[in-house]
Amino acid sequence: MENFEYHRPSKLADAVKLIKAKKDGKLMSGGMTLIPTMKQGLATPSDIIDLGGLKNTGVKVTKTKVTIMAGTTHAEVANDKDLKKAIPALAALAGRIGDPHVRHCGTIGGSVANADPAADYPAALIALNAKVVTDSRTIEAEKFFKGLFETALRTNEIIKQIEFEIPARAAYSKFPNPASRYAMVGVFVADFGKKGVRVGVTGAKGSAYREKAMEKALSADFSADALAGVKVKADDMNSDIHGSAEYRAHLVGVMAKRAVAAAK
Amino acid sequence: MSETGIGARLVRKEDHRFITGKGRYTDDINLPGQAFAYFVRSPHAHAEIKKIDTKAAAKAPGVLCVLTGDDAAKDGVGGLICGWMIHSKDGSPMKAGPHPVLAQGKVRHVGDQVAVVVARTRDQAKAAAALVNVTYKPLDAVADPAKAQKRGAPKVHDVAANNTVFEWEIGNKDATEAAFSKAAHVTKLQLVNNRLAPNAMEPRAAIGSYDAGEDHFTLYTTSQNPHVARLVISAFIGIAPEHKLRVIAPDVGGGFGSKIFIYAEEVVCLWASKRAGGVPVKWVAERSESFLTDAHGRDHVTTAELATDANGKVTGLRVKTIANMGSYLSTFASSVPTYLYATLLSGQYNIPNIYAEVDAVYTNTTPVDAYRGAGRPEATYVVERLMETAARELGMDPAEFRRKNFITQFPHQTPVIMCYDAGDYGASLDKALELIDYAGFAKRKAAAAKKGKLRGIGFSNYIEACGIAPSAAVGSLGAGVGLWESAEVRVNPVGTVEILTGSHSHGQGHETTFAQLVSERLGISTEQVSIVHGDTDKVQFGMGTYGSRSGAVGMTAISKALDKIEAKAKKVAAHVMEASESDVEFKNGSFSVKGTDKKMAFGEVALAAYVAHKFPTSEVEPGLKEGAFHDPTNFTFPAGCHICELEVDAETGVTEVVDWVAVDDFGNIINPMIVEGQVHGGIAQGVGQALTEGVVYDDGGQLLTGSYMDYCMPRADNLPPLRLDFTKTECPSNPLGIKGCGEAGAIAAPAALMNALTDALGVKDVPMPASPQTVWKAMAHLREAAE
Amino acid sequence: MPAISMTVNGEKVCGEVEGRTLLVEFIRNTLGKTGTHVGCDTSQCGACVVHVNGKAVKSCTALAIACDGADVTTIEGIAKDGKLHPMQEAFRENHGLQCGFCTPGMIMSGIDIVKRKGKKLKEETIREELEGNICRCTGYHNIVKAIQAGAAKM
Repeated sequence: MENFEYHRPSKLADAVKLIKAKKDGKLMSGGMTLIPTMKQGLATPSDIIDLGGLKNTGVKVTKTKVTIMAGTTHAEVANDKDLKKAIPALAALAGRIGDPHVRHCGTIGGSVANADPAADYPAALIALNAKVVTDSRTIEAEKFFKGLFETALRTNEIIKQIEFEIPARAAYSKFPNPASRYAMVGVFVADFGKKGVRVGVTGAKGSAYREKAMEKALSADFSADALAGVKVKADDMNSDIHGSAEYRAHLVGVMAKRAVAAAK
Repeated sequence: MSETGIGARLVRKEDHRFITGKGRYTDDINLPGQAFAYFVRSPHAHAEIKKIDTKAAAKAPGVLCVLTGDDAAKDGVGGLICGWMIHSKDGSPMKAGPHPVLAQGKVRHVGDQVAVVVARTRDQAKAAAALVNVTYKPLDAVADPAKAQKRGAPKVHDVAANNTVFEWEIGNKDATEAAFSKAAHVTKLQLVNNRLAPNAMEPRAAIGSYDAGEDHFTLYTTSQNPHVARLVISAFIGIAPEHKLRVIAPDVGGGFGSKIFIYAEEVVCLWASKRAGGVPVKWVAERSESFLTDAHGRDHVTTAELATDANGKVTGLRVKTIANMGSYLSTFASSVPTYLYATLLSGQYNIPNIYAEVDAVYTNTTPVDAYRGAGRPEATYVVERLMETAARELGMDPAEFRRKNFITQFPHQTPVIMCYDAGDYGASLDKALELIDYAGFAKRKAAAAKKGKLRGIGFSNYIEACGIAPSAAVGSLGAGVGLWESAEVRVNPVGTVEILTGSHSHGQGHETTFAQLVSERLGISTEQVSIVHGDTDKVQFGMGTYGSRSGAVGMTAISKALDKIEAKAKKVAAHVMEASESDVEFKNGSFSVKGTDKKMAFGEVALAAYVAHKFPTSEVEPGLKEGAFHDPTNFTFPAGCHICELEVDAETGVTEVVDWVAVDDFGNIINPMIVEGQVHGGIAQGVGQALTEGVVYDDGGQLLTGSYMDYCMPRADNLPPLRLDFTKTECPSNPLGIKGCGEAGAIAAPAALMNALTDALGVKDVPMPASPQTVWKAMAHLREAAE
Repeated sequence: MPAISMTVNGEKVCGEVEGRTLLVEFIRNTLGKTGTHVGCDTSQCGACVVHVNGKAVKSCTALAIACDGADVTTIEGIAKDGKLHPMQEAFRENHGLQCGFCTPGMIMSGIDIVKRKGKKLKEETIREELEGNICRCTGYHNIVKAIQAGAAKM
């Protein structure tokens, strides 16, 4: 891999200053995608600004909201006692990202900023009506994910925390790619009672999205059977050697049914 | 038996270094002043090389030299060879295209090596390699073996018209045609045996080191057969004569066939070391390079037909296979789809008429050669998929259909060369049926259906030919080498023993099992025995480890040398105990004189042999060291029955293997723990082939499965616990009665799994790997029926 | 080049690194501890697993410089006073290794599983938790057995 200068600021303001000052600087928060990408020569930053020094970690739970600091690792999210009570589905999702070693290093902020179309978190952000809070503003999840590895983040913007609404019940159902174990399809279903049901889907398209026909059906009747008549369109779905668009569309239906059945 | 002798479930002697991080693999070795090689590889599947500009790279920081195919030609570095000559039906020799160590004029697959940069550090070499400017003229490429022979397909090698390497046949065509014309029923299958990447966990690596003072080369390399590597690099590639080249294969992290072959990179490291003025040159493959350059396995397209009579007896088998050789003929590539494949097409069955045709073709893909099982998994897949399908078509129970056709008399000469020497196929079937509770299957299937799961059961009654191989026999079939093995037994004056063997251990546990043989024979503990292997300066010669041959051939060589040790020690003991040699007995590690209480421990006799005071050295030479070469008289024929039970998620197509029973007949077993481990690993690779693994190229020859992100290696959660048992018929062709166990699992497993899967789905065939998507597609008929 | 220091297997070590130097390169090349292996370039095989501040991580996907000041344990550091770690012993007793190349990562992962999931491990749990470790030799059967046995003795 090409060499770079390494920085490890301990304050957010310093991180912002550094990323603004460096021409081809790149932020790193865990590095679980960035390091392999640099090893393949697909990223050649002049500077790495490691956000690990910010110690921006932790999960806070109130009556209506869960706030996860950007530097919190997947393992920390998965094992947070309060989160397990507030949104068990979110803790469970974090516990199935990558493998145990990746979960010890990878962070929610890093994953969300990277916006891998096959990452798990985006489905949860979409379904739980999350807000991405950066050093300068707050962005709604639906407006945050723009496309393949593309977000609403400006070049030098840094995620501080992510805020999730607490649903009455929720579940995440994932169909892993057999080789990479990333989500080939992942469906996060969240029932907000009177406020309706939200369904976030990852892996299937260029970026995570809401499956609105399902939301409508489930808002009327939160049961797996209610999804029987909902047809998922394969039109703009991803297609690769492991899953055609048609197969992915089918899996969205199956995973949604399973998530509804498992929701708690 | 001594406590550490044959049959003991002994923990492995070699483990201590591996579990403490003290294993010594090639990349763990660093020679003083060593430089690093990085290869410039073709991004094109097929292209002419118009120009290679190395100027910028040569000037880059740390660079010692940049070498291309032209330099290799100038220096007289020879090309890589294929050591097994196959003749076509018309008698013409196979069409072997040139295989230079660095491409000359043309590249033929993605990853083909075009140039090498040697620099002080790995990063410098890699950075400079990016500066080598190669101008290519891309050509159309062909990757699919079924398309390679079609009119207008791009030509991979000038020597091979229609990309055909050979058109080979075996068996009796006319008799087979006659059998088919009289058949009551014919079962036909079109089968694809998917291409696999071997994926030993240790990537290939090499260090070449040239000593200008001695004009001598040393090569550290990840090899299963260092002597063969030395022979080829000396005699054919011409780097140095054998006495000027030492090849060391230290700890090797798995091979599965892929480290048998002589590759360009190790040759280039040697040559580059001389070009760089004697600086040792190290190369370690990145995993992405392993996918592009380690010889792949399998890749057959086959049409197979089985003829049966009105009584359900098999009367004929007809097979036509196209075998993909990739872009070059690798070291033993031509033997795999011919003599290692079609000679096993009789399976465990009495099939009076067999005829098989094999066309080997070039494509613009990575070369294909032996991979765990090599030909025999492909043969088993053909035979066992046919037997299962035929039973279903005839409305017979698949177990009983097999039983009806088993060979029961031995020796049995098949119509395809092999003469099976011993076996009891009914015994392994019976035991396997009992273990799996065959009678209870219907109940289990019904219970699974209630959970929305489709349950299936499938058999594989495999046979393989191992312990390769009688030299004269393989010579008559085209092998360029003999396939004997050598051993030397050095007894030290204190009675400890060193065994020098030409077999190479890269996970098989030879340091334990070979010591068990010595322990059994000499009555000493395995702690008093060391096994020396993998160094051409220490071991005089050897043919290496592949084809499940280390036990049957390698250990038999040791056994023969031990016979000589015993004979010599008896002479010494007789003199020391002042007895007639014929009165000396050797038992449980002690020499005694019949009818007296005179006794000497093995160690005492060893000491006496070296002290040499008590015998006339004019009659008996001092010392105690003997060697032997063993050439087997026949192949060995391990066989058995594997039964797979699986469940398919009807909604997603996910297949879960829920039970696996393997009953194998390996003859006598040296260490059951190690043998079980070999079976487990083999099954895992077979399950991988059936369920998860497959090398995929697009039509232009670009590799789509070039990393673990896309090539699906079986993980712990892809596999069930495995239930093993054994039956035994001793192998008559070696004194130890052993057959070999290294490949059985990989040979048996794919057919068992795919028979179970097609049973679950109620379809004739599903292509491998049966990924969730593939299975989901194969279930379309069930969805339609439901609608 | 920046200098870093860390504790490796209880010993203070230091060395110069580049920004890009991976933890595994520092361990293997600078410290000469070659028990930690590299089997892939996409962070999947797990042959490189070490413990950093008590947690299993892939040392091929960690920058050495980011581990400045960390407490690192490698396969060479788990046997104490000449006595093998129970997990090492269990791999030998249960034939949990063949070629040995994935073994250091497997053992380090096994210990980490016990730290997180306790000493009484179900077979399924072990199989799930080994998602990040690939073995080509054993079919995992005896690795699972070894981790189960090693856990019970830890």
